[in-house]
Amino acid sequence: MNEYYAGIIILACINLTAVLGLSLLTGFTGQFNFGQAGFLAIGAYTTTILTTQYHTPFIPALLAGMLLSGLTSFVIGYPTLRLKGDYFAIATLGFAEVVRLLIENLEKLTGGSRGIPSIPHYTTLPFAICAAALSLVVVAFYISSRHGRSCIAIREDELAAESIGIDTFWYKQVSFFMCAVLGGLAGGMLAHYVGFIQPSMFGMIKSTELIVMVIFGGMQSLTGAVFASLLLTSLPEILRAAMAWRLVVYGAVVVLIMAVRPEGLFGTWELTPKNIQSLWRKIFSRPKSKLSEGGA
Amino acid sequence: MEFLQQVINGISIGAVYALIAVGYSLVYSILKFSNFAHGGIMMLGSYFGFLALTLLHIPFYIALPIAIVGAGLLAILNERIAYRPIRMRNSPLLYLMISALGVSIFLENFTIVTIGPNFRTYPDVLPTAPFMIGGLSIGRLDLIIVVITALSLALLTWIVYGTQIGNAIRATSYSMRVASLMGINPDFIVGFVFFLAGASAGIGGVMFGIKYTVWPQMGALTIKAFIAAVVGGLGSLPGAVLGALVLGITETFAAAFVSSAFRDLFSYALMIIIILVRPGGLLGKITEEKA
Repeated sequence: MNEYYAGIIILACINLTAVLGLSLLTGFTGQFNFGQAGFLAIGAYTTTILTTQYHTPFIPALLAGMLLSGLTSFVIGYPTLRLKGDYFAIATLGFAEVVRLLIENLEKLTGGSRGIPSIPHYTTLPFAICAAALSLVVVAFYISSRHGRSCIAIREDELAAESIGIDTFWYKQVSFFMCAVLGGLAGGMLAHYVGFIQPSMFGMIKSTELIVMVIFGGMQSLTGAVFASLLLTSLPEILRAAMAWRLVVYGAVVVLIMAVRPEGLFGTWELTPKNIQSLWRKIFSRPKSKLSEGGA
Repeated sequence: MEFLQQVINGISIGAVYALIAVGYSLVYSILKFSNFAHGGIMMLGSYFGFLALTLLHIPFYIALPIAIVGAGLLAILNERIAYRPIRMRNSPLLYLMISALGVSIFLENFTIVTIGPNFRTYPDVLPTAPFMIGGLSIGRLDLIIVVITALSLALLTWIVYGTQIGNAIRATSYSMRVASLMGINPDFIVGFVFFLAGASAGIGGVMFGIKYTVWPQMGALTIKAFIAAVVGGLGSLPGAVLGALVLGITETFAAAFVSSAFRDLFSYALMIIIILVRPGGLLGKITEEKA
C-alpha cells in the first residue's frame, strides 16, 4: 500500500516537471504548446537507449535526453516563433505526431511500436521529488527575474513588449527551450519509473493531460501548477471506475474554466510567505478588525 | 502515366482537405484564432451521416443534408457555449484556442463513451468501381467527391463574394469593430460563419467517411487542414483550397515514391518550408499586426 502511494507521488512529480515547463511557456509567455508529449518522448527514448544499450549512468543519460529535447525546440521555434499568428501552436501539434512517427518507424533504435521493455527502475521517490523541486526552484526564480518579467510582458502585449526593446523572439525561444528541457527530464524519469516505453504513451492524450493541468491550476500561478499536477494525477488513480469519462470531464472543465474563470483555480496567487500571512489574517481576524482597517 | 495517376489520387484527397480547410480559414479570418474544435465538428458530421444511413435507413441524398445541417448547427452551438463568453470579455485569443482544445477533447471522448471507439464503415451508398480513361484509372467515388467538393466550394465562394451577407462577412473579417459601427451585427455574422464552417466540415466528414472509415479520432485529421491553410495563406479561402490540393498531391507522391510510413513527415516538411520561405502562404500576404 505504501508503495502504491509512493508511485502516485512519483507520477505526480514527473507530471509536475513537465507541467512546470508548459506553465512557463503557455502560462507566463503566452505561447500555446500542444506537443509537450513529443518532448517527453524524446527525453524518454534518449535516456532509455543510453542506459539500456550503452550502459550510461542514469543522471548523464537524463542530461543527454534533456539536451536533445532542448535542441529540438530550436528546430520548431526558429521558423515559427518569429511569426505572429497561430503558426507555433500548429507546428507543436504536428511536432508530437512527427516524433511518434519517427519512433514507430526507426525500429532498430526504438523497437518500433512495441517499444522498449525492462528498463531499470532508477526513478526513486527521493529522486523524483528532488527533480521536481529543483525544476520548481529554477522556474520560480526565472519567472521572478528580469527575464521572466519580459516573458510576462510578451504575454500581455507582444507589440508593446517589442517596442520597449524586449527581444520577443529570443525570450519566447528561451521559454520554449526550458519547456522542452523539462519535458525531456520528465520523459526520462517516466521511462525509468514505469519500466517500459511505447510510442502510444506519448500521444495526444498525454499532451492534453499536461495542458489541462496548467489551465486547471491557473496559467499564471506556479502554485496552481503544483496543486493541479498533484490533484489531477492522483484523482484518476482514486476514481478508476470513471476512467472512460475522465477525458470527457477534462474537456468540459477546460471549456468551463475558460468561460467562467479563465485565470484558473489559483489565478495569479502564489504560495509565498507574505501571501500566506495575509490569507491567515483574512481568515482568522475578527470582523471588528476589518472595520478598523476600513477606518484607517 | 504513373505520375498522372498520382496527381489524380492527390486531387481526390486534396478535395476533402479543402472542404475542411475552408471552414477553418473562414473562422480564422473572422476571429483570428485556430479553431481546434473544427475536427470534432467534422467527425460528428461524419457520424450524423453514418447514423442517418445505418439507423434510420434513409437514402443518401437526404442523409447528406442532415449531416451538413447537423454539423452546421453544432458549430453554432460550439461558438455560443465555448467562444462567445470569452469574446464578450475581450479576453486574449489564447483563451479561445484553449477553449477550442477543450471542445475538441470533449467531443472526441464523448463520442468514444457514447457511440464507441470502433472504426465504422459507411454502407455502399456511392459507386466505387473505377473507370479507365486512356490508361488512367479514375475511381467513380473520387470523381463524385471532387464534383461535390467543387459544387460546395462554388456555393461558398458565391456566398462570401457575391451576396450581401458575404460583404458583411468580409467587412467583419477586416475589422469587427468598424463593421459593427456600420450596422452589421457581429454576433450574427460570427454565428453564420460558424454555420458555413460546420456545414463544409460536415460535407468533408461524410466524404472522408465514405472514402475511408469513421472513427472518433478522425478529427485529428484536421491538422492536415491547418497545414493546408498555412501553406495557402492563413485566413484566405482560395489559399486554403490551393494549399489543400498541393498538400494532397505532396502526400500521395510521398506515399507512392518514398514510403507511406513517412507520408506525414512530408506534409510537415512542406509546412515548415513554406513558413521559412513565404510565411504569408502561397496566396496570402504578410500582414503586420496593428496596434
